[in-house]
Amino acid sequence: MTKNNAKAYWKENIKYVLILLLIWFLVSYGAGILFKDALNQIKMGGFKLGFWFAQQGSIYVFVILIFVYVHLMNKLDKKYGYDE
Amino acid sequence: MMNSLFLVESIGVQNWTYILVGVTFAIYIGIAIWTRASSTKEFYVAGGGVSPLANGMATAADWMSAASFISMAGIISFAGYDGAVYLMGWTGGYVLLALLLAPYLRKFGKFTVPDFIGDRYYSNTARFVGVVCALLVSFTYVAGQMRGVGLVFSRFLEVDINTGVIIGMIIVLFYAVLGGMKGITYTQVAQYCVLIFAFMVPAIFISIQMTGNPIPQLGFGSTLSDGSGTYLLDKLDGLSTELGFNEYTEGSKSMIYVFAITLALMVGTAGLPHVIVRFFTVKRVKDARKSAGIALLLIAILYTTAPAVSVFARMNLIDTVSNKPYVNVPEWFKKWETTGLITFDDKNKDGLIQYVADKSKNELEVDNDIMVLANPEIAQLPDWVIALVAAGALAAALSTAAGLLLVISSSVSHDLIKKMVNPNITENGELIAARLSAVVAVCVAGYFGINPPGFVAATVALAFGLAAASFFPAIILGIFYKRMNKEGAIAGMVVGITAMLLYMVKYRLGWFDDALPDKSEWWFGISPEGFGTLAMLLNFIVSIVIMKFTPEPPQDVQDIVENIRIPSGVAEASGH
Repeated sequence: MTKNNAKAYWKENIKYVLILLLIWFLVSYGAGILFKDALNQIKMGGFKLGFWFAQQGSIYVFVILIFVYVHLMNKLDKKYGYDE
Repeated sequence: MMNSLFLVESIGVQNWTYILVGVTFAIYIGIAIWTRASSTKEFYVAGGGVSPLANGMATAADWMSAASFISMAGIISFAGYDGAVYLMGWTGGYVLLALLLAPYLRKFGKFTVPDFIGDRYYSNTARFVGVVCALLVSFTYVAGQMRGVGLVFSRFLEVDINTGVIIGMIIVLFYAVLGGMKGITYTQVAQYCVLIFAFMVPAIFISIQMTGNPIPQLGFGSTLSDGSGTYLLDKLDGLSTELGFNEYTEGSKSMIYVFAITLALMVGTAGLPHVIVRFFTVKRVKDARKSAGIALLLIAILYTTAPAVSVFARMNLIDTVSNKPYVNVPEWFKKWETTGLITFDDKNKDGLIQYVADKSKNELEVDNDIMVLANPEIAQLPDWVIALVAAGALAAALSTAAGLLLVISSSVSHDLIKKMVNPNITENGELIAARLSAVVAVCVAGYFGINPPGFVAATVALAFGLAAASFFPAIILGIFYKRMNKEGAIAGMVVGITAMLLYMVKYRLGWFDDALPDKSEWWFGISPEGFGTLAMLLNFIVSIVIMKFTPEPPQDVQDIVENIRIPSGVAEASGH
């Protein structure tokens, strides 16, 4: 039982991590670097969007990603009885 | 007349600086006495009971060095969009830390990073490779910090740069040796408060001056407060083009160059031992995750303000000097000219300052560091704000230096002496060894601060490259790949680090050739700073290939890996 429990927990954990890392990649390497030129055609106030993602937006998303992870994992810990 | 005015003003700033630096130093020493370490556990991991908030603040101060505080905004100021490599590179690594490393390393519950490498790969060879990497990374990094301390002292208090380094050494020695990780943690909490306040106050002042918006992050995307309705960034783009520079918001570097450096810095961040050990100091796995989030939030305050400061400073600089008569330049210009950080050479003898991209016509050279250090003066802010910047820069440099010194001393006393040379050493003996190695480390760091080897500046990126090429793959594979064995990990680390060192020596230092090889010879257009990315990939590949041909790790090691994946049942951090 505990072994299967641990396996299921790990699987869900990996799923969360992969999704969050995909977003991590898309905002920084995607929006901030690879697609910067296309996004720069769009303006948000005084910011060109690609420039904004590279120097501002990606950092905000990084912070949010970690707190989302904290929240998801705390729930997962409770679900599998690993909370303490 | 001019001179006496300057004197009166500089005495004002100087007195403020003495007061603020004096008060902050007194606080650090007070905390050090109050938090003396009495056991190795307190010395290495602050007893393992630090709250997530305190650890987040300490991590943020630990992380933000003299480079983040003094140099980064200035570099971005001149690099424009390309400066994003530092902004994303030095923050994105925390996502990797929080999701892939911190919780598992905390569960593993040891004192140091080489400790994890040695135990997970059941080998003292692996541990030794880890110690060598930790020492290499930390020494390159710490020399730069001591130099930063000396520079701030010499520029703001007009003491000799060497005296400045020695004062810095004594302060760090005091709380690192006395308090160990416990002392460092609580001084870093205080240092975070000092440095963030010192960074934000001038930024907010200047943002209001230029755009009317008190939030710098929004200010640099707003319109100018001169009533023209022009966006600040549009104006800066226009001026830059006029003077022959690239548009500020467009880069000048190739995509692969930017991509590789950003990734190398992110992965390097996640592999730096002085950052990783901070997560050994909290009580539970969930605290490790949470404090990584808090740390990044606190770091992000400075890192999202820095690019705004860069824009304000560049704009102010162009406004103040471009095509202005040299005889009318403001006081700060003359003051920083005497330090050699601003130089003016009237090439066409017209008495005006030509600040243009064309090197043959450009008459003004401005050092990166000025943009933060002189920014309050350029914007004509009050004396106490200028003094605050000095206290903040010192807090940033000292907190990082202390964190690095602890890694050095624990690598020697714990990993080398206790785990390899003399396992029978008593608790007290180990504590004495830890303190002695901290003293030696401070002296070595101070020596490099006073006599900086020419290649220190060139090799700061080496610290990140080395961490990316060595620790990051070994730790990730150790957690996520149960089958990874010692043969694979050791081979991967050795190959990764060697490749990184060779590339740096060839393309950054030029020791293999008569002259530094041209950029066109870089592999795939990747700079030495970005090579950590390739070296890391090489490490992963070598590790996995070698592993396939060698026996799998013993069952008890595989059980350990299963165990660290489960957050509950955390043992206290221990060295046994």
